[in-house]
Amino acid sequence: MQRMLLGAMVGATLVAGMPAFAQDTDRSTLMTAHRGGKLTLLAPGFDGSIDPQIAYDELTWQIHAVVYDQLLTFQKADGEASNVVVPDLAEALPEVSDDGRTLTFKLRRGIRFSNGAEVTTADVRASFERMFKVASPTSDKFYTGIVGADACVAERASCSLEKGIEIDPATNTVTFHLVAPDAEFLSKVAMFHASIVPADTPPTDQGVVPPLGTGPYMITEYDPATGLTAVRNPEFKEWSVEAQPDGYVDEIHYTFGLDSNSALNAVLNNQADWMFHRVPTERLGEISASYSDRAHIHNEVSYWLAPMNTTIPPFNDVRVRQALAYAVDRAALVNQYGGPNLATPICQHLPVGIPGHVDFCDYTVNPGTTWSGPDMDRARALIAEAGVAGQKVTVFGDDRHNVRENALYLQSLLTELGFDAEVKILSDSLYWNYINNTENKVQMSVHRWMLDYPEPGNFIGALFTCANIREASSSNVNLSGFCDPTLEQMIADANTATLKDRAAGAEAWAKIDRYVTENAPAVPLYQPKILDVFSSRVGGAPIAFSGLASVTLSSLWVQ
Amino acid sequence: MTTSSDSAARHPDAASRVTVSRGPWATAVGRILRQPSAIIALVVLALIIAATAAAPIYAEYVSRTNPFATALSAKIWLDGQEVLVIQPVTEGLGLGTIPIGPTWGPQYLVGSDSLGRDVMARILYGGQNSLFIAGIATTISLVFALLVGLCAGFFGGIVDTVLTRLLDVVWAFPVFLLATSLSVVTIGRSFDFGLFEIRADSIIIPVLIIGIVNIPYIARPVRAQTIQVRQSEFVTAARGIGVPSWRILLIDVVPNVLPILIVFAPITVAISMILESSLSFLSIGVQAPESSWGTIIRENQPLLYSRPWTTLAPGLAIVLTVVMLNLLGDVVRDAFDPRMKQED
Repeated sequence: MQRMLLGAMVGATLVAGMPAFAQDTDRSTLMTAHRGGKLTLLAPGFDGSIDPQIAYDELTWQIHAVVYDQLLTFQKADGEASNVVVPDLAEALPEVSDDGRTLTFKLRRGIRFSNGAEVTTADVRASFERMFKVASPTSDKFYTGIVGADACVAERASCSLEKGIEIDPATNTVTFHLVAPDAEFLSKVAMFHASIVPADTPPTDQGVVPPLGTGPYMITEYDPATGLTAVRNPEFKEWSVEAQPDGYVDEIHYTFGLDSNSALNAVLNNQADWMFHRVPTERLGEISASYSDRAHIHNEVSYWLAPMNTTIPPFNDVRVRQALAYAVDRAALVNQYGGPNLATPICQHLPVGIPGHVDFCDYTVNPGTTWSGPDMDRARALIAEAGVAGQKVTVFGDDRHNVRENALYLQSLLTELGFDAEVKILSDSLYWNYINNTENKVQMSVHRWMLDYPEPGNFIGALFTCANIREASSSNVNLSGFCDPTLEQMIADANTATLKDRAAGAEAWAKIDRYVTENAPAVPLYQPKILDVFSSRVGGAPIAFSGLASVTLSSLWVQ
Repeated sequence: MTTSSDSAARHPDAASRVTVSRGPWATAVGRILRQPSAIIALVVLALIIAATAAAPIYAEYVSRTNPFATALSAKIWLDGQEVLVIQPVTEGLGLGTIPIGPTWGPQYLVGSDSLGRDVMARILYGGQNSLFIAGIATTISLVFALLVGLCAGFFGGIVDTVLTRLLDVVWAFPVFLLATSLSVVTIGRSFDFGLFEIRADSIIIPVLIIGIVNIPYIARPVRAQTIQVRQSEFVTAARGIGVPSWRILLIDVVPNVLPILIVFAPITVAISMILESSLSFLSIGVQAPESSWGTIIRENQPLLYSRPWTTLAPGLAIVLTVVMLNLLGDVVRDAFDPRMKQED
């Protein structure tokens, strides 16, 4: 997924100091004791449309997680459990047949949209068709494996998936027919773009008008300039605590527009309960020292990387790319991000939390399972061997904190290694579209890659495969231009292995991770963690951090 | 036009009867140098320029750092101890880091930025860029304002109408929109003019933007003064005896208009510096890792809470320079004001 758009918070809560965060398994007792109240949240503002099949940012997905449902979903739990796909509107995981090409879901009965209409199989097929009709950002990436989807991409307005999605209202089943087996299809069905909305929802981007949903809350007011309000959905009855638990609070209200410093002040002064903004780097020390009992740190399944363009000098030489991987002082970058308690050096492309991740680090002074320090001697030797010293290299970054600092660091490092290096800092609004357009021939850039769903294909498969090189397009995500037939075959084999046995698939992906890392199309820098700060009245049992949508709002109470 | 000294030369007897007065320029300089505030402003400005010129010496021999390279893992000796420039926070959850400073010593005098660079060294280097941009932009403004104002005021008619409307357009155009548009257009590209090329990150671009947007502010009073001089008796007399227009323009009009430019010069430098800071703040102008006072403020804004001197110091540099230039501008204006003659 596009660098800053999505967050993936998966992992154990590392800090849980205050009593309100105490574990308690008696859910009904907690629901009785803490039900009610209004949750007050702060955010810079949603990225645009509130339509669940259009919105593609972490904040919108946070509210969508408690407003919309899919056939399957990622478990509303804390830590790595939030990676697990569980049945949501479907009664169970699908029956798989035809060597993985056919998946049959049985829809739960009695689930209603917030207008009282029951969810039907027709709604399911119509929702998938609508995904193509409204040009959902991932429709042509993740769902083209459905039979008939290619035609939907070509002619969106008249999209019909009658052949690809068979429905049987009598048995309440929905059967997907795939062109080929897809090891990651269940995760794709669990994505928010696959949310089920009423079949009569207009096949156009609904903008500020939220389509009807089935979750415990419904959006009643949304103004991109000022805020959003969601209240309890009167039709909601909890059918699965794992998939869609009822919420504690009666109302959720976001106020938009404050900057991160002001938002943090408001939370610390208990004028708001939580802020979407990242805690400003310069105030980490203050939180660390004075508000540790209101702070939560959790792992994020994402990583910062510096892609190198493998199609143009000097990075078309693997030795140069490896030299950079050896030379980067990841500890320095970790410190710059917020210190070792807020980020971890990483040398590979599958971060912690993704199947196939096995700790290893070859690009360090003492190769082993972890990074131990930069190896400048090795880096200089490789550059001398490649004979590229003195060549011109331009590093791109944007004007946001961290991206800018990382880019400036890399420029200094390249200069130290003997390159004629310069840095270009672009405006945040221009940066992503500029660096991913192949016509701009960007040699090196910095960004964070976050997941759409927690599978290895969403990292290595998205970042370094031939299919994701899109010439002269701003939808190109393979910034390295890395296209390797061996890697393509390894990925195909890993998908086959995963379909039969996920553990075997994970092993295959671990080998792929090593292969990609050896070829160094990008320098992995560090895997960040997320720091959340709450008002003193917020509690949860526990507060859950979703793999895709930040803090799970239904897990919070305020009284 | 004649001067009193010319008159004295032609009439030797008169020399004994009249007091030989100095020319208007010498009079103005004399008035300026008699003002303590002008002396203070000139001395402070000279010191600022000297300090920025000495930036390489400061970086090499005093701070002993490269102000353009990151130093995230650097250490320095402070009070007999070796300390990290970027120091980890150890309290509580152990989150975050904090740059060193201010040490009020040779290294990291006002502190480090978040990349471990000595902010004082960057301020001195940044001053070079800020002053250069402001100086060149002001020169552009003055030269073009003089040309446009003279032509519009002296020739009048259609020339005046066209040039005045042109000035209105420049005046009305939102400068930050222009600058932002230019930055978008020029990302990663250059302006190729055949004989020469302007790179997208060249400081020529902010120089031109600032220089052009200031032209109307100066050209209008120049035009007004030109019209006034054009209608004066001595110009009418010159025309009457057949003196060519270009000669009247150069000999009679320009010397009477120049004081306006001299008055505007320091004020325009001050305005240009503030504009440069704003443009740099919008990522237009001086590009990283180079610095200007504006870029240093922008870079260190996140440190405002914990290391305020890293933003206060470049801010003070701007304020001090602008105040001194304004002070000088006031004195220069008064010195060229004919009404001040009674006080001499």
